[in-house]
Amino acid sequence: MALTLSLPRLREPSVLPGFWPALGFTVAYLSLIVLIPLAALIARPWEHGLADFWRTVTDSRVLAALRLSFGAAFIASLVNLVMGLITAWALVRYDFPGRRLLDAMVDVPFALPTAVAGIALATLYAPNGWIGALLAPLGVKVAYTPLGVLVALIAVGLPFIVRSVQPVLQDLDAEIEEAALTLGAGRWRRIRTVVLPAVAPALVTGFSLAFARAVGEYGSVIFIAGNMPLRSEIAPLLIVIKLSQFDYAGAAAVGLAMLVLSFAALLVINIGQALLLRRGR
Amino acid sequence: MRTMVPEKPKGFAWLVVGAAALWMGLAILLPLVSVFVEAFRQGAAAYFASFQDPDAQAAIKLTLQVALVAVPLNALFGLAAAWLIAKFEFAGKGLLLTLIDLPFSLSPVISGLVWVLVFGANGWFGPLLDQLGVRIIFTYTGILLATILVTFPFVARELIPLMQAQGTDEETAAVTLGAGGRDIVWRVTLPNIAWALVYGVLLCNARAMGEFGAVSVVSGHIRGLTDTMPLHVEALYNDYNFVAAFAVASLLAGLALVTLAVKTLLEWRFSSELASGARR
Repeated sequence: MALTLSLPRLREPSVLPGFWPALGFTVAYLSLIVLIPLAALIARPWEHGLADFWRTVTDSRVLAALRLSFGAAFIASLVNLVMGLITAWALVRYDFPGRRLLDAMVDVPFALPTAVAGIALATLYAPNGWIGALLAPLGVKVAYTPLGVLVALIAVGLPFIVRSVQPVLQDLDAEIEEAALTLGAGRWRRIRTVVLPAVAPALVTGFSLAFARAVGEYGSVIFIAGNMPLRSEIAPLLIVIKLSQFDYAGAAAVGLAMLVLSFAALLVINIGQALLLRRGR
Repeated sequence: MRTMVPEKPKGFAWLVVGAAALWMGLAILLPLVSVFVEAFRQGAAAYFASFQDPDAQAAIKLTLQVALVAVPLNALFGLAAAWLIAKFEFAGKGLLLTLIDLPFSLSPVISGLVWVLVFGANGWFGPLLDQLGVRIIFTYTGILLATILVTFPFVARELIPLMQAQGTDEETAAVTLGAGGRDIVWRVTLPNIAWALVYGVLLCNARAMGEFGAVSVVSGHIRGLTDTMPLHVEALYNDYNFVAAFAVASLLAGLALVTLAVKTLLEWRFSSELASGARR
């Protein structure tokens, strides 16, 4: 008895049934669907040696694709940061006709299949499309250029910022803002000193969600991108191309590089957010 | 604490509302409307003729067959995982939660790639499966596995926070009163989480039917055989058969709109019984 008590306890006692079956099924299913396949992604890039892996991920075409995927995802998320905050602000603060409809519409990119968004955007921004025809006289080409990639990633990431910021704006204490107003703070000062610090952590959360989604995005991008090597070819497409050439190690190498880079980026964002939170206290 | 009540916009406020509405119109409404406009560009007859194509019908059937298996499996997993995590205290729970969320941070293409690495011709088990005469990649099974991986966390993510918030009091009371495992699940737990389960299944299904990147990698694109609806949209679009491409796309867009309508209804009607209601 004394012996069992001194052992670290792996499981708190409970009167409820079903611990072992639930644990068994959960772990087995998780291993089969997630862990074993991911193990292949981690193990296989190296099968032709470390040098081969390095040659693959530093190939100019791969580097260009990674730069485009990560760069466009970053810029798209920045654009959404600003527009998402404005949209969330309008939805929370103002009671205008059509507010509920607009609110429900925010979730459309979550639900709309990426291929559908992809062909719609490609058609809209093609030189003869509704928007493309307006831009063509100005000399602006969106479809089949890196700008098209950006447009697609903006459309995909839109809901993340709005949905992260909205609840924080909703719960913002009205009295602090009114106090600032009574003290004679102007509109911009109020926004800068009261509102922005309060929503900053939520903005960062939304940014990182939108960024993570945009980095790996495929379906909504490939139709509008034009997919020219070194110019408008995204990293996920390169994986597809390498697989079609039966270059499994190369495809796995690009996949692993994407995964490591996006975890590194998210780590940096998380550290920034922690610093932000500490300063806010 | 008192929170802000939405006010009638005036002056500067109209500028904010206008910017938001314009932005949403451009990024969301316009693409959505264009799907239906392009689908009906050559009239209703051409629209409906698109669905007479046997390949289109095969794609619709395949999409339904995949969702019909993938969604219940992930729902079952969500129930088991949520029961385990919400009702028991054990070491390693945090790690388990992280692993369940992991598929959300994978590119869809990677979610397809990993199955090729395991089961493809040059995959870990490729040669063995070849000897046994079993094919997974470029077949229904591969599409199913890729779909399951992509939609893996949806139901679990919905149920876990809700069941954690509900705690174990009611189940413990049922045990004290002599209820067995089956009675507890059917008469205590399931009624408590019914709407959250519906909510999770709804979102899981929408993603399962609309998934493109992951299934694109494992399908092999054989028309009438391994093309799901989103893949068939791509094939038609690349053939410059735009009316048919947008016609099939309009079904998927319709599915997305119905999903959102039901989701909004559930959030409005049962917000206290959904985890997302607590989050909002």
